[in-house]
Amino acid sequence: MPELSCHASMMTTSKGTSPRQDLTKGFWRENPVLIHLLGLCPTLAVTNSVANSIVMGIATFFVLVSSSLFVSTVRRWVPNEIRIATYILIIATFVTVAEFALQALVPDIYKALGPFVALIVVNCIILGRQEAFAGKNPAGRSVLDAVGMGGGFMIALLIMGSVREVLGSGTFLGVSLFGPRYEPWVIFVLPPGGFFTLAFVLLTIAWWKERQAARVKAAEPHGLAAAERAA
Amino acid sequence: MGDLVWIFFSSMVVNNFTLMLFLGLCPFLGVSGKIDTALRMGAANTFVLVMTSLAVWVLNSFILTYTPYLRLIAFIIVIASLVQIVEMVIKKLSPALFRALGIYLPLITTNCAILALAIFQTNRNYTLAEGLVFAVGSGAGLSLALVLMASIRESIELADVPAVAKGTALVLFIAGGLSLAFMGFAGLLSSS
Repeated sequence: MPELSCHASMMTTSKGTSPRQDLTKGFWRENPVLIHLLGLCPTLAVTNSVANSIVMGIATFFVLVSSSLFVSTVRRWVPNEIRIATYILIIATFVTVAEFALQALVPDIYKALGPFVALIVVNCIILGRQEAFAGKNPAGRSVLDAVGMGGGFMIALLIMGSVREVLGSGTFLGVSLFGPRYEPWVIFVLPPGGFFTLAFVLLTIAWWKERQAARVKAAEPHGLAAAERAA
Repeated sequence: MGDLVWIFFSSMVVNNFTLMLFLGLCPFLGVSGKIDTALRMGAANTFVLVMTSLAVWVLNSFILTYTPYLRLIAFIIVIASLVQIVEMVIKKLSPALFRALGIYLPLITTNCAILALAIFQTNRNYTLAEGLVFAVGSGAGLSLALVLMASIRESIELADVPAVAKGTALVLFIAGGLSLAFMGFAGLLSSS
């Protein structure tokens, strides 16, 4: 069971990675939701439709990238003892901005998301990235890292949202997929469906990883033999 | 009075924070291995929820009426400092309880259930008494979910589960089952 808290020093910092790796690692290899199991509350709560997932993903992405840029810019002047409090203040400011923006632009979806827009403040992914990366690295790389992690969060939300909306309502972004004779699998848009969908997604990833590991193991003897021949 | 009872049961089972609203999942998945720790975590959470409810009521009635746009920032600062103060007071007054709660107390700051309680309380315009009952009910609901999960996990510890399903996936399947069971309580609301 991995440690599921912000306080565990999470993921890699910046040692020995290229800017390109800073960007792409968040998409899949170190996906904050699917691999590190952070930010599960919004992942389960708002993914009952694709539209909700997209809006939530964009809001979180905005807060993460802006906070990372701000924190990495001012990091020289933030005393070490109060850095966490400072990060939370910065994050809360950007969340307030996002909240007002969503309220004005997409009022219906804002209502559907409920308290989860405000709860971006306590999303472990955001505070975790400030602590693990933006607080120690220059602005450019911190933004790349934030874009990668925010993108990874969006990918995870989209996977969850697509599965749940297609199975639970028979639609994708509100467009009917299977015609009127499809009986929607309602449980998937209800709370239990969130737990089941994430469980299945994690199972698939675990199975895929295991298969890959087995393949590497099977390929190893050939590799060794080839290396010996070459020597 | 009837209202208060309704708020209590609604927040405890019908709209259970963990199983129906997905709040406070980190402790639910992280520290639900043993019944004993689950109980302590639930108690610590309930305690902080009640304190938060009090603080939020003070903020809402005396300060935030003038500056509504500072709501979120004020809440998060107050919760963070509240947890710190509670930690210091407990450490001084009852070292035994402090040791029992251990790491769980500081972790509660980042628990989304606490901030969610503050937001719900504000949106629904609860009075002081309603807010406190809501906090106790939510705390009881969190503890109930934690203890249920811990007892199931303790009894399946030796079960023969496929290797890929071990860990979080299995816990999520159980949570889904519990959540299904709690959906049965939804009928309480419409009939009352």
